[in-house]
Amino acid sequence: MPVESKPEKKLKVTALCELCHGRKAVMKRPKNLQKLCKECFYKVFETEIHNTITDANLFQYGETVAIGASGGKDSTVLASIMKTLNERYNYGLKLVLLSIDEGIVGYRDDSLDTVKRNKIQYDMPLEIVSYKELYNWSMDEIVACSGMRNSCTYCGVLRRQALDRGAAKLNINHIVTGHNADDMAETVLMNILRGDTKRLEKSCSILTESADSPIKRSKPFKYTYQKEIVLYAHYKKLDYFSTECSYAPEAFRGTTRELLKALEANRPSIIMDIIYSGEHFELKRKKQTVSYKNKKKDETQINADGSISLNKDFTKANKCEKCGYLSSNKLCKACVLLGGLEANRAKITLDTDTSVEGAAKLTRTLEHLSF
Amino acid sequence: MIKVKIEFLGGLDVISNKQREHKLIIDKEEGEATMKDVISAICEKIIADEKDIPVFIEDETVRPGILVLINDTDWELEDGENYVIESGDVFTFTSTLHGG
Ligand code: SF4
Ligand SMILES: [Zn+2]
Ligand SMILES: [Zn+2]
Repeated sequence: MPVESKPEKKLKVTALCELCHGRKAVMKRPKNLQKLCKECFYKVFETEIHNTITDANLFQYGETVAIGASGGKDSTVLASIMKTLNERYNYGLKLVLLSIDEGIVGYRDDSLDTVKRNKIQYDMPLEIVSYKELYNWSMDEIVACSGMRNSCTYCGVLRRQALDRGAAKLNINHIVTGHNADDMAETVLMNILRGDTKRLEKSCSILTESADSPIKRSKPFKYTYQKEIVLYAHYKKLDYFSTECSYAPEAFRGTTRELLKALEANRPSIIMDIIYSGEHFELKRKKQTVSYKNKKKDETQINADGSISLNKDFTKANKCEKCGYLSSNKLCKACVLLGGLEANRAKITLDTDTSVEGAAKLTRTLEHLSF
Repeated sequence: MIKVKIEFLGGLDVISNKQREHKLIIDKEEGEATMKDVISAICEKIIADEKDIPVFIEDETVRPGILVLINDTDWELEDGENYVIESGDVFTFTSTLHGG
């Protein structure tokens, strides 16, 4: 490629960084529209995340923390930042990369290669937990059996438990994930739009410890804009993977994301504003009423939107009868889902070698057929 | 003739047969062409399948969620669509919507 030297353009004063006033500004922060040079951007970006971590008291000195790593931009930047901050501010953390192999050919196998390079680049141990090993089902097989429509529902339930199990295996009880401010605003908005007030209340916490899981999860990027994460990865030339999963992401999330992006184009602070609203949202406590409805329900019920309701009648047991995972029901969500699948697998005879790999494409083709 | 370089990152290469870097020639004199010409040339010459244009364009401009850099500087600081292009410029388009 020929290198053409071109005369340097004169810098306008407005083109200078608003912090150091010396270097050329390369970016505008969506949060406050401040124009910054690369160096000042790095500094502000890293310091803000450090402040988020210390304000929320996320870590204890000496703690081992697993970084949920997918090879994507968010978790790659997270791994890089965690390493930087841990060294700079002496958090005293032991950092480990924890990845999930969902078993999606052409997507996850490639992104796992990225994680394997990250392991070397960041000098961290890597643990990979696979659905196939854990559940005897890969996502490709699940989709071949049950279609694409609910793929993310299955995948989400299985991932949550797989991360827990991976962490438990390593004796770690804290997982950090790369969820960023845009993700969080998106979740708040989505829960508002579909009236899911129960989730809404919890959707903004930076640290979650739930009765359903022995492992705490935290989000150091809670206040970090996606745009800045992408810019940071770009300027620092971080090695990340960006192919979309072969299965359609949850349709409603996609719609919400579009809406949010359109809103943000007019008013960049909207992301922070939505998170702020979410944080201050508190449910009015319902009075305990005796249910007069005497519907006889099945133990589980798959709702139209693909979510699952479990009958909470025998809530005393706190371990899944089948797999031993923490659960407030007789069976944990993963076992319920997989139980349904097993019943199906018996019915469908699969020519596994050929059909599973092409499952995504095949299913997509099938779903586009109409009669 | 103005020769520029186009990069599609962050998964945006789906609209150009997975090719991330492209050379583009704009058939105008230096000083006469702006970013707008680059955007329409991309739609005409680079995007492989016409159906993919909405992945790149919305309301006649680059879709929100795609980060545009002109020589590594956010295009918002460079007059956006009205930036006057020069030979040797590098335009980077990165999807922020893909993957996590
Ligand atoms: S998009 Fe859905 S199916 Fe694909 S990895 Fe994510 S949750 Fe799983
Ligand atoms: Zn500066
Ligand atoms: Zn179970």
